[in-house]
Amino acid sequence: MLLHIYAVLVAISTAVLIFAGGLVTSTGSGLSVPDWPTTYGWFMFTFPLEKMVGGIRFEHTHRLIASTVGFLIVVLAVWLRLSEPRQWVRRLGYVALGAVITQGILGGITVLWYLPDPISIAHASLAQIVFCLTVAIALATSPGWRRAYSDHGAMPDDRILQAVALATTGLVYLQILIGATMRHTEAGLAIPDFPLAFGHLIPPTWNAKIAIHFAHRVGALVVTAFVLATTGHVLFHHRSRGELVRPSVLLLLLLAAQITLGALTVLSQKHYIINSLHVVTGASVLATSLVLTLRTRRARFDVGGTKWDRAGSTNRNPAYGPHGVEPARGRA
Amino acid sequence: MTSFLRLCLILTCVISIACGGGNSEKESTPVAAPVVNNPVDSATAGSLKGSIKLEGTPPEAQTISRRSDAYCEQQGEAKTQDFVVSNGGLQNVFVYVKDGLGNLKFPVPTTPVVLDQKGCTYVPRVFGIQTGQPLEILNSDETLHNIHAQPMNNREFNRGQGLKGLKHMHVFTTSEVMVPFNCDVHNWMHAWVGVLDHPFYAVSGTGGAFEISNLPPGTYTIEAWHEKLGTQTQMVTIGPKESKELSFTFKL
Repeated sequence: MLLHIYAVLVAISTAVLIFAGGLVTSTGSGLSVPDWPTTYGWFMFTFPLEKMVGGIRFEHTHRLIASTVGFLIVVLAVWLRLSEPRQWVRRLGYVALGAVITQGILGGITVLWYLPDPISIAHASLAQIVFCLTVAIALATSPGWRRAYSDHGAMPDDRILQAVALATTGLVYLQILIGATMRHTEAGLAIPDFPLAFGHLIPPTWNAKIAIHFAHRVGALVVTAFVLATTGHVLFHHRSRGELVRPSVLLLLLLAAQITLGALTVLSQKHYIINSLHVVTGASVLATSLVLTLRTRRARFDVGGTKWDRAGSTNRNPAYGPHGVEPARGRA
Repeated sequence: MTSFLRLCLILTCVISIACGGGNSEKESTPVAAPVVNNPVDSATAGSLKGSIKLEGTPPEAQTISRRSDAYCEQQGEAKTQDFVVSNGGLQNVFVYVKDGLGNLKFPVPTTPVVLDQKGCTYVPRVFGIQTGQPLEILNSDETLHNIHAQPMNNREFNRGQGLKGLKHMHVFTTSEVMVPFNCDVHNWMHAWVGVLDHPFYAVSGTGGAFEISNLPPGTYTIEAWHEKLGTQTQMVTIGPKESKELSFTFKL
């Protein structure tokens, strides 16, 4: 249980880091500290507080939070290595560690190479992957997951829901990639009005920035349709399953907040707080959709010892069953 | 023992390579002036005088919030400088010979042009420099600045100056009008430099006045550049010892 609480804290810290990263981009502070990994020649952690002025406040704070999250993920990976019986969960820890290290390097070289769009977009996109990995670890170490949400009977193996939820998660991530591209190519105000585009449903004029911006708006509609489909399916067919209803409703609420923030970002001429909240809420939509997707597939993780848990059959903790399950509490 | 010496030699080479050459930026050594092929003949050189007019009412200068840095805030109120107008004349317009000099080569001054960061503002805001001429970027403020140049044809650079009095030297190698400078620490700080392979340029001052002197006789394309209003060009012919008047009018 302690491991789960810690994993949740790591996931929350990662969300905070994404918000801080959003602030850096939204305030145009990405190059306010020209060197890396040092800060104006100082070792990162000894940089004087009184020198954190202007854009440095955002960029240096982002670096400090990133270093802290990196350290937290190192501890998480080691903790999983030492105490987690399921190999696939341990592997998630390793992947998260590798991803956060890569993310740090991407963050460094994007500064040293003056924010090239591909690197900056990759940095923004990998941040979401790191967040998803920490959320997945938090979910996998949760008591509910361990007992396979068996309080109300066995989890349904609903293939339609699994497919729709998976598609929703994929589309949300794709939408975030388009958003990151829009953000880093400075296309956020390429269409200056909302909900129309230059007063029309379809932009009357086109260039690359308008196309990226419009793709993000169309993406929002597609994501909304899939979220409604997923949520509707859960509410109609699995209303008694709290573990599915809760993330579905949360997903719907977050989506509503996200669309509102997207509109406000345009209408406020990209106010940096609104813009950054849009980024972190997008990450929350993705994480919630991922949780729902994984829960719909929970039965696949332990039926007859799937490849996931067979891989973890070399149990390190005898308190867990053959599939890494606490015997007294459920299956896995 | 021989193996040990070889190891030492290899290590020395590796360390030398690793520690050297990481920064190709010229820190302080001015570039030597190139061979002078076609010096200006002062017996025949003319000049071009004129002014930059602005038609229309420019937007009122806005007070810049500089609360993000206590030092900058203490330097007093600062206003936007997009349109600096006096007596109907527009300041901070870069005027230069865009075409007509043919293959003439001109001496490159070794005296650096100074771009100062003073009172959390770039001084000057608009200026010119020759390719090969050293640019000295100075921090006169007791706060941190970064100098981020974003050229299209020259090499981009971003340098931090964390202490008052720090200097950084840079040399542009390719003509480019204009190269923007930004401070990402203080997002209100902007400057532009026109980089040319000749000395025939000026920046409009009070009343929009400008003067380009020592111009060899010839027919030239003169361009005027403003940070918000773009560019305008005119043709002009300068005869021996002739002083021509030329004015540009930007409209809002």
